[in-house]
Amino acid sequence: MKGMRNVALTILLFCSSVLAWELIVRAFEVPTFIFPAPSKVAIALWRGFASGLYQKHLAHTLLETVLGFLLGSALGFFLGTAVALSRYVEYFFYPYIVMFQSLPKVALAPLIVVWFGLGLKSQVINAALVAFFPLLVNTIVGLKSTDEDRMNLMRSLAASESQVFWMLRLPNALPFVMAGLDVAMIFALIGAIVAEFVGARAGLGMLIQSMNFNMDVSGQFSVLLILSIVGLLLNRCILLIRRRVLFWDPSEKERLERERIAL
Amino acid sequence: MEAIAVQELSKLYPTRDGSVHALQQISFSVSEGEFVAVVGPSGCGKSTLLKILAGILPASKGDARLRGTPITGPRRDIGVVFQSPVLLPWRSILDNVLLPIDVQRLGRDGHLKVAMDLLSLVGLEGFERRYPWELSGGMQQRVAITRALIHDPAMLLMDEPFGALDAMTREQMNLELQRIWLERKKTVLFITHSIPEAVFLADRVLVMTPRPGRIMDDVLVKIPRPRALEVMNFPEFAPYVHCIRERFSAKGVIDS
Repeated sequence: MKGMRNVALTILLFCSSVLAWELIVRAFEVPTFIFPAPSKVAIALWRGFASGLYQKHLAHTLLETVLGFLLGSALGFFLGTAVALSRYVEYFFYPYIVMFQSLPKVALAPLIVVWFGLGLKSQVINAALVAFFPLLVNTIVGLKSTDEDRMNLMRSLAASESQVFWMLRLPNALPFVMAGLDVAMIFALIGAIVAEFVGARAGLGMLIQSMNFNMDVSGQFSVLLILSIVGLLLNRCILLIRRRVLFWDPSEKERLERERIAL
Repeated sequence: MEAIAVQELSKLYPTRDGSVHALQQISFSVSEGEFVAVVGPSGCGKSTLLKILAGILPASKGDARLRGTPITGPRRDIGVVFQSPVLLPWRSILDNVLLPIDVQRLGRDGHLKVAMDLLSLVGLEGFERRYPWELSGGMQQRVAITRALIHDPAMLLMDEPFGALDAMTREQMNLELQRIWLERKKTVLFITHSIPEAVFLADRVLVMTPRPGRIMDDVLVKIPRPRALEVMNFPEFAPYVHCIRERFSAKGVIDS
């Protein structure tokens, strides 16, 4: 009952704020190329989808983001594991990693376009670069955070190094890895969009760019709306995986508890 | 053959200004099937002793043998119970119990029934599909004991296993441990800082001095088994506790 009321309240709040936006824009006669009314945005959205334009670009951006996410986080995870497990890898690689990490990765986008062209490849690489670091850092921290008591338990059982890794260190690192994936997903989307800004033949970022040249602000708003929904859905996907994998993690249980109260 | 034979065992920890003696020339032995408690104040090196026997920590000097063979590393014929249960939260209770089987590749199939029997021995039947966080502290420690017994070790090393439990649960666990011991007849080395607990459980109590850890007394407890909790109120119980406490106050460990 309480859940129903909260949902109703949420919807009511949303509708009234959209209505207020519409009324204010009309009352003060704000020009559309500065701040369009929600009705204009809705029309732009409908037109974009009706013509098939948005689907095409959305598919392109989604593909870049997901491929970049998979590539970047897989590399981050494996390199992070190597750093955490081997003192030599850590000693020789970590300084470069730290140096590279403090660099804003999106600043590399123009270079990547020069190297890899305007096609899908360069956007995927850019997305992967941005998604790489959250996974790398979290994997290292997660694998190194193994509790001393648990280590002693495994040692007392005469467990081999690889058993300690598979049975203790890896599962122990999973909450960190999942938190890294959470961030990496959104970062990959940012990386893909920035790469499209710099130069691309398709994608929602490129669409925003070209709409901006044409002063089509309602169009830009409608693409922004799509992007935020895409971000939200991608984040939800990670959350679902997380809930499956980390059913045992206390912070995950807390989060579930909070969501139940919120509804 | 002695189950545990320790000769002149010492452990030094290097520090900035020289080294600290955690254990100094300790010698004792434990027979097969005997229940021996080691009692001492905190910081007397009890846990160090247990870690050396478990093969997790190397000794500095001296000789320690388990069933005739010198300790060179962790062994598969011992079960260790730590101060905290140390259960892995991503494993169900049954999977936690089977951890030694997985590590030592002894085959799950052959040990499923053993695990179920042990779980019912400690009163946890029906909990095998649950997860550690769903269990109370006492129940978790029972799972840890079950895990230490699953590969049928000849010997149990227990490091203040009930130290973190409340007084009532602790007494309950003492009774259960005695029951398990009477049923399974394993050699047990039980480390504790509670004198009554040591006297209640053990055949022999080794009394340790604070740093550097040394054994200052070896008390034989001649109270018949099975011992009920009321034993603690019996006239023959108090003198043991008194005698051990005396040794500590003579050393200035306890204010009398």
